[in-house]
Amino acid sequence: MRRIGVFVCWCGSNIAATVDVAAVVADAKVQPGVVFAQDYQYMCSEAGQNIIKDAIKEHQLTGIVVCSCSPRMHEATFRKAAAAAGLNPYMVEIANVREHCSWIHKDKEAGTEKARVLMRAAVAKVMLNVPLKAGESRVVKRALVIGGGIAGIQTALDIADAGFQVDIVEKNATIGGRMAQLDKTFPTLDCSSCILTPKMVEAKASENIRLITYAEVEEVGGFVGDFKVKIRKKARFVKEDVCTGCGLCMAKCPSKKGLNEFNMGLNNRPAIYIPFAQAIPNVAVIDKTQCIKLNTGKCGLCEKVCTAKAIDYTMQDEFIEEEYGAIVMATGFRPIDASKFDEYSYSTCKDVVTSLELERIMNAAGPTGGVLLRPSDGKHPHSVVFVQCVGSRDVSGRGKPYCSKICCMYTAKHAMLIRDKYPDVDVHVFYIDVRTPGKNFDEFYRRAAEQYDVDYIKGQVGKVWEEDGHLVVRGVDLISNEQVILNADMVVLATAIEPDPTARKVANMLTASIDTNDFITEAHPKLRPVESPTAGIFLSGVCQGPKDIPETVSQAGAAASKVIGLLCKDKLTTNPCVARSDELLCNGCSCCEKVCPYGAISYDTHLINDHGVKETRRVALVNEALCQGCGACTVVCPSGAMDLKGFSNKQIMAEVEAICL
Amino acid sequence: MRLPEAEIAAVVKQISGSDVKKCMKCGKCSATCPAYGEMRFHPHQFVTMVARGRVDELLKDETVARCLSCFACVERCPRGVEPANVVAAIRVIAEREQGGSNFVPDEVPGLIEADGEIPQQALVSAFRRYRK
Repeated sequence: MRRIGVFVCWCGSNIAATVDVAAVVADAKVQPGVVFAQDYQYMCSEAGQNIIKDAIKEHQLTGIVVCSCSPRMHEATFRKAAAAAGLNPYMVEIANVREHCSWIHKDKEAGTEKARVLMRAAVAKVMLNVPLKAGESRVVKRALVIGGGIAGIQTALDIADAGFQVDIVEKNATIGGRMAQLDKTFPTLDCSSCILTPKMVEAKASENIRLITYAEVEEVGGFVGDFKVKIRKKARFVKEDVCTGCGLCMAKCPSKKGLNEFNMGLNNRPAIYIPFAQAIPNVAVIDKTQCIKLNTGKCGLCEKVCTAKAIDYTMQDEFIEEEYGAIVMATGFRPIDASKFDEYSYSTCKDVVTSLELERIMNAAGPTGGVLLRPSDGKHPHSVVFVQCVGSRDVSGRGKPYCSKICCMYTAKHAMLIRDKYPDVDVHVFYIDVRTPGKNFDEFYRRAAEQYDVDYIKGQVGKVWEEDGHLVVRGVDLISNEQVILNADMVVLATAIEPDPTARKVANMLTASIDTNDFITEAHPKLRPVESPTAGIFLSGVCQGPKDIPETVSQAGAAASKVIGLLCKDKLTTNPCVARSDELLCNGCSCCEKVCPYGAISYDTHLINDHGVKETRRVALVNEALCQGCGACTVVCPSGAMDLKGFSNKQIMAEVEAICL
Repeated sequence: MRLPEAEIAAVVKQISGSDVKKCMKCGKCSATCPAYGEMRFHPHQFVTMVARGRVDELLKDETVARCLSCFACVERCPRGVEPANVVAAIRVIAEREQGGSNFVPDEVPGLIEADGEIPQQALVSAFRRYRK
């Protein structure tokens, strides 16, 4: 005899404003099997949980239904409360009357009716629930960080500091990422390299960190605590453990026309190169598309000059297979392509540059040695115009609908640095809004305007063109309501940033969800900001959303603490809601094996006693540790042998019937 | 009887098909406008004033005819607001209120010869609407 209790939560006014909770309670009381029903303002609160615990004991409930928010929010809370009162936690069902009902409806009558239906369906299901027991799985005490920029480095350092092994997989030949390309950092104007390179060195020196550079994640299997990852280490054609980083090969290489990626293509580099002087590892790499030896078989100069004998033209991609307990995504960003905006003449005028290009021009290790020179003729500019929001907050399809968050501050930084170093240069900034929320951020921007006399113009630029050897900028000043035409020697575009294009591929392998802009989705935007909804996958840096360095470092620390929390555990509780095959019904067709995304199904041939008929049959076998309970096998099984514990076909049909009747 | 100003503004929004609320006030339309100096009100002002229901001033302004209908503002607006369509809607309503077209086809050659009186592109855009 089932004794079901129904608990209806108001969620303050979140549910109660659109659903007549008393009516739902009254309806619950007359459902077959229901012996107790009550509503309460906040069922998830301690008092609310006590109502549930007391009712379970007092009314000897065998199952409960909580009509509340999404099970993703509080299913665990209510299961824990049930367990504390002696009820099997899998005898708890959640009717989602908030996200699926009150939040999306306005009409109270209709909302109440829908809440009733959802409650009845949950009651029908819980009547068929059976107690389940969660199993255990192991935790591999090693973490993987994908991406070796400041986000990945900081995450790895923090995890390593707690005593766990971490691997950083970086697709480029060096770690450092975007931050290594920056000249100064806001709001303190300290040199980016000066604060980043010690961290890079620390990562290299750490006993707990292994750097796998020039490598990409190829395959990911397994699940939280027990991921199996295949990493492709691309052929460098230079032996990493032999190369001393002397740079002689770079000087001798005759193929010097490669675009220097580190300098945003503003100058050239040889086919064999070390990305920048502080690269880690400080080891050369050969660009195989550019190398004369690799393409024609002739040359081999670098091999001849290398005193360390580090060059190996026969090197092949290698594969590393490793197990990890947790994976952190730190895949970072890139600026969008500014040539999509014809009106700014980026692709036709050399003196129109992006902000990241200006970073390289301003940097002492950049193509001009840190001297501000016009790219077209190498002359000193006398007027520089900045255009903000190039492709940000743009829903026209050419740009990105979001605010890139960092541009207002780096533009103020650039403007200030130019005015500080070259007081003869006029600097104008066209802005839509100046957004400076952050500690000492607004003060920084005001300093640019007040102390450094940067001319901030409220309005956008409509067109940039070349005339008589200089640029002409036509913009608008909305405050004075005038169209402005300025002559400029350089125009700097604060281009929007977008997730690195590898993010989508990596997210797919990790089954981490991704939003319409290819940013990785958090498990909860406020309360679980560094976790992916996929267990064991964590987020660090711009792959989750635009952010500056201070915020990235904070988030990296947060992601690391979540990873440490996971790796500290010896065992994880597994989800008991996994697939189960009825061997008497199974016909051994292999359909389930083919659709299983986790490789959890295998086949076994053994003697079966089918109602007295003994015969040897080939039947499906589910590995409960691998099964994630997705249910794909139950759908394809033609004989109805496959069923999902906690979500059996019978239970689902009972729910459907309760809704339809 | 003339409709109240707010209702005319609603008509402008409807026939222009432009969602003026999408405007984020960046001014790129006016930064782009090649007829900026020719017109009393500028593209961003058309959008803002229509959003606020203030269309009477726009309807009274004769320089509205100077919009070239080049659609550069439509092309470059990052929010898809289509300011030129708002200007065109104002022009249509102004013409309706005056009880007919300002352009009589037979007079057009004379207007072109007058050189500079009316921008050629404005004539082209007018004919686009008057074609039978």
